[in-house]
Amino acid sequence: MLTDFLPILVLFLVAAFIAVFVIVVSSLLGPRKSTARKLAPYESGMEPIGPAITRIPVKFYVVAMLFIVFDIEVVFFFPYALVFRELGVPGLIGFGVFFLVLIAGFIYEWKKGALKWE
Amino acid sequence: MEQIQIPPVDLAVVAPLITVVGWAIVLLLVDVFFVPAGQKRITGYLGIAGLVMAGAVAAPLWGSDSSTFGGMLVLDNFALALTWIFLLIGAISMVIALDYLPRQGIEQGEFYPLIMFAVSAMMLLGQSANLIVMFLGIELLSITLYILTGFAYPRLSSEEAAMKYLLLGAFAAGFFVYGIALIYGQTGTVQLFSTAPGQESLAEYLGRQTFAAVDLTLLLVGSGLVLVAFGFKVALVPFHMWTPDVYEGAPTPVTAFMSVGTKGAALAALLRLLDMALPSLQPIWLPVLATLAAVTMLLGNLGAIAQSNVKRMLAYSSIGHAGYLLLGVMTVSERGVQGFLFYLLAYSLTNLGAFAVLIALEQRGEAAWSLDDFAGLWQRQPFLALAMAVFMLSLAGVPPTAGFVGKFYVFMAAWEGGLGWLALVGMLTSAIAAFFYLRVIARMFMQEPVRDVQPQLFRGLTLGISIAAAGTLIFGILPTLLINVVQQTALAVGR
Amino acid sequence: MTDAVPLSWVLGLSGALFCIGLFAALARRNLVGVLMGVELMLNAAIINMVAFWRYLEPRFITGQNFAIFIIAVAAAEAAVGLAMIIAIYRNWQTVKADEVDSLKG
Repeated sequence: MLTDFLPILVLFLVAAFIAVFVIVVSSLLGPRKSTARKLAPYESGMEPIGPAITRIPVKFYVVAMLFIVFDIEVVFFFPYALVFRELGVPGLIGFGVFFLVLIAGFIYEWKKGALKWE
Repeated sequence: MEQIQIPPVDLAVVAPLITVVGWAIVLLLVDVFFVPAGQKRITGYLGIAGLVMAGAVAAPLWGSDSSTFGGMLVLDNFALALTWIFLLIGAISMVIALDYLPRQGIEQGEFYPLIMFAVSAMMLLGQSANLIVMFLGIELLSITLYILTGFAYPRLSSEEAAMKYLLLGAFAAGFFVYGIALIYGQTGTVQLFSTAPGQESLAEYLGRQTFAAVDLTLLLVGSGLVLVAFGFKVALVPFHMWTPDVYEGAPTPVTAFMSVGTKGAALAALLRLLDMALPSLQPIWLPVLATLAAVTMLLGNLGAIAQSNVKRMLAYSSIGHAGYLLLGVMTVSERGVQGFLFYLLAYSLTNLGAFAVLIALEQRGEAAWSLDDFAGLWQRQPFLALAMAVFMLSLAGVPPTAGFVGKFYVFMAAWEGGLGWLALVGMLTSAIAAFFYLRVIARMFMQEPVRDVQPQLFRGLTLGISIAAAGTLIFGILPTLLINVVQQTALAVGR
Repeated sequence: MTDAVPLSWVLGLSGALFCIGLFAALARRNLVGVLMGVELMLNAAIINMVAFWRYLEPRFITGQNFAIFIIAVAAAEAAVGLAMIIAIYRNWQTVKADEVDSLKG
């Protein structure tokens, strides 16, 4: 049972060895001559503009929050989608109620203006 | 394709619950579409109407003993009694918030639907016979309370209290689900007790086992984790650190609401778990709970002595009261259940009233809650002083108030359950508690005003305080009124 | 397939995940970090649920059911938590847990 995983262990070891070997050897043998161009964050890319950490407008967080909630609520659709034929009309009614609650939340956030970008 | 049979749904079992949830959702939309800003009081009236209607819907169900959704939700007299208590708590909280919110400049229509959602979560906890439903109830209650605690945005203390509450609550939720997962791993079920013959459940599972033969480690560890989570939600002593801060920072009507509602609902769920699913493990969990209750009563009341801020004092005293409520939970007996219900109602009325008095003393911008602000209240507002005196006496457990009868009831239950020492600890701590409750009364009646505080009374506030004070006195003088009702809530404990 | 990985391994994984989450929730100073730790604890429970379902009770889908409910609740909690962290950041200009201490604990 455990022996089935032996090849994977070997693979891990080989990968680790190669990685360590390459880094060690290149640091021992390679020449070190740094120029301004080599020290730039992107050696042959664009000049970086401004710091990486900037303040993000709060609108994005609102959208993120709404996304998390509605995204996860949609998860409940998947089990229903798998068996909706077998469940028939009672299932449809039950799911309709769930959907209505979801819609109520959506209308609320719409009316509250959470979806407006301005 | 084979048709899957959906088990029949008995809507009567969930009628009060559906009323509250449905009304709350509609109210949320009505509020945002039709109620103009500054008139949010209308939403409050509609919310109170919804709670009253749910209470009326629940009335014809008295005496029923049924279950639905495959046994996940049950309806018995215990659940119904809890339903009414929670509806009452919700309604009084809304009444005392009607004037508070605009006065504090935090009037938002969402307050009232949120309270209704929290009430529905508490009802769900009272009706749940399944760990999944219990988890959903606790989380629905907690999440609405996080929002309500932070309702006084942008007041700093409110936001901070909400954040603390959220982090510790989420932490407790982690323990709760992990515990349930372990229980499920051992038993293969999350149903507390069988509602139909042949249904798999925890009680069934334990009934089949002979203890020497089976290793119950997973179940025990899981139950322990669940107990820790309940400890956080109810604020039992090793897990109570958040309580004073959260209760102080939250808007006062919310503090009133959660100091009674959360404890009641979570302890009711714990009562079902312990008394109906795990009664055969009582020799194992009883010493643990008894210790917790003793420590809670002691430290809660001792902590209250040191406070000069009355709101913080009430927060600490509410920790102590959780200990008294726990007495009724852990004695698996009818007397214990009855005592729990009586104490819960008495404590709810009293505590809501006490916080309502605090609201009257709270002005915009500054809160006058120190003991000095209560000095000489009798001369400025005799009504407030008298009401506060009644509430303090009831919290201390002095006759003829409901608090006295409630304490008497749970101590009796503990005594009969073979926990005499715990009843003694309870009486001792009540004596300690009387000191700081009576200190408030002494300040109000025997001293001259120290600071110039103008208590403000509004119609809603007066109504809330009057109802609470009247209930406290009536159930204290004529407890049989309530005891007769409570005795019919025999529950299935002895089943 | 179920015999390849024994149940105890999965339980070990979830136990480790739970402990990592617990540590993060207790030791992180950043409020977002604390929230993430809590989410890890919930995820550990989900792994447990699904594993127990697969190995012990594959006839009833209780474990799967519960997993979905935990995910939904965790999302709701995360949304509220995020909203609160934003509110706190606007007030205090910090998200460090020990700098938010106007109430004496």
